[in-house]
Amino acid sequence: MLQIADKKFSSRLFTGTGKFSSSQVMKEAILASESELVTVALKRVDVGDAQDDILSHLDHSRINLLPNTSGVRTAKEAVFAAQLSREALETNWVKLEIHPDPKYLLPDPIETLKAAEELVKLGFVVMPYIHADPVLCKRLEEVGVQCVMPLGAPIGSNKGLRTQEFLEIIIDQSNVPVIVDAGIGAPSNAAFAMELGADAVLVNTAIAVSQNPVAMGIAFKMAVAAGRMAFEAKLAPVVHKKAEASSPLTNFLN
Amino acid sequence: MSSFKDLFDTYNWDDTLASIFSKTEHDVLRALSNTKRDLEDFKALISPAAKPYLEQMAQLSRKLTKKRFGNTIQMYSPMYLSNECQNICTYCGFSMTNKIPRRTLTDAEILKEVAYIKSKGYDHILLVTGEANKTVGVDYFNNALQLIRSKFSNITIEVQPLLQDEYELLIENGLYAVLVYQETYHREEYKKHHPKGKKSNFDFRLDTPDRLGKAGIHKIGLGALFGLEDWRADSFFTALHLKYLQKTYWKTKYSISFPRLRPHSGGLEPKVEMTDPDLVQLICAFRLLDEDVELSMSTRESEVFRNNIVNLGITSISAESKTNPGGYAVAPESLEQFEISDERPTEDITAMLKSQGLDVVWKDWANNWQD
Repeated sequence: MLQIADKKFSSRLFTGTGKFSSSQVMKEAILASESELVTVALKRVDVGDAQDDILSHLDHSRINLLPNTSGVRTAKEAVFAAQLSREALETNWVKLEIHPDPKYLLPDPIETLKAAEELVKLGFVVMPYIHADPVLCKRLEEVGVQCVMPLGAPIGSNKGLRTQEFLEIIIDQSNVPVIVDAGIGAPSNAAFAMELGADAVLVNTAIAVSQNPVAMGIAFKMAVAAGRMAFEAKLAPVVHKKAEASSPLTNFLN
Repeated sequence: MSSFKDLFDTYNWDDTLASIFSKTEHDVLRALSNTKRDLEDFKALISPAAKPYLEQMAQLSRKLTKKRFGNTIQMYSPMYLSNECQNICTYCGFSMTNKIPRRTLTDAEILKEVAYIKSKGYDHILLVTGEANKTVGVDYFNNALQLIRSKFSNITIEVQPLLQDEYELLIENGLYAVLVYQETYHREEYKKHHPKGKKSNFDFRLDTPDRLGKAGIHKIGLGALFGLEDWRADSFFTALHLKYLQKTYWKTKYSISFPRLRPHSGGLEPKVEMTDPDLVQLICAFRLLDEDVELSMSTRESEVFRNNIVNLGITSISAESKTNPGGYAVAPESLEQFEISDERPTEDITAMLKSQGLDVVWKDWANNWQD
């Protein structure tokens, strides 16, 4: 069972809350997906308002909130946003997103590392959204983050695991859970990430913008479960080339 | 290059227009099938040759907008703070020579207007003034920002162009975005429409987004006022401006608006007409050029037009707007800058959006993270 900090998760599918056609559709899709960790942009919600449309729809025993700092451009702003969020939402979990570039929303590795170090010291469970950069993942691990969240492709692009080579290195090296975040556009992408050994995936756009978000939520749930099961069962090795009868280089041994 | 002017000066209006009109069906088809589109593709998409492909453009535009922005529309409300103005602009109701009562809202009046706007649900606000340096200058803006900062998550201004350090000061006090429309990129025609006042300085206005970018603003809104000159050429230069700014100030977000000349007190007839199909073509062309740019639509446009355009690429709209200072609660009967077209109350607009499967977004920013 997946564990991050003190929480155990029976689902390895994490979801987002943006881009849905209504908060009701969002809630139905998330519940159908059986996701237990749901990220919400602090900038989109009024943390001081109990009636906030998004937050009130996420008030469910199975759903753990993962506030994210989307919109901040520096470590300083991220730390401040996380502190406000901890106070208002009563959770010390934070998805650390620092993207100074508003076009592709690509994460700033330098500011992210700085903020992560500070937030860990302040007692947060830090889940940083980062490039699929193996060295950065190790550096983040060293400052005490509870997992890493490398991207598969630019956020919202639905392009799948374009960073596969680096994700494999990260998964191989990591001592904390690896959650593939961003770019997962289809259940097959999610299954593939799980087969590679990712501990979980985070999916938003592919569910929210689908014609039928509830059905797509279920499809992702099944894909993630299947991919994980395949990883645990160990995939049969890929055979690249048939063995050849003659061995010109090692014949002399006979 | 030190500013957009350097790039802009390498272009010629007539050649640009001729180049747009020379685009062929072949160019349009290539632009449609490209996944990355450049300014030559944009020219093809706004050219007359693209007219038969309007439905295809709309389909693509809708798809790209959904992918990036999801099933959402951001709501904002304009709030006019002052109609005092020392400029003469031939097309504007606030123009200095128009004999209308002038008014600049006091703190108490601003708060009264704010209470009304908040009661409708708005959390993103656009502050608008004329250009009157002594009464409505940086000090006035700064005071207004401090007055309303805690009440709105996101504050934009549309006021006279300022200097970089002035923008820096306002940003510190909670300013998120600035809208500054060039009106027209045709230098000579610009001169005709802005004969007097600080606004007559074409170059100072042209380089305003550069000053904003250097000041580290979060968002810059661009646009041309359609009706003054050929909309195709003006749109090309708007797109050129956008692409330049995106490369130069990469931390800033951009939005494009599409104002068409509206009737007003002392009004000007459009020199060049822009039809509804033209406007749809342009909105879709901008989306096809740039998947991420925000596209905004005001209440200048009609009900039917707005009901349909929210599905074709637009990402933010206003509703129930008043274009006179105090228009919501303080002095509802005063003269407007221009007549709006879609007068439906906010509730009707949000119901219309919901009925089309669009989630109404009121809040998408937090202005209390900065120092």
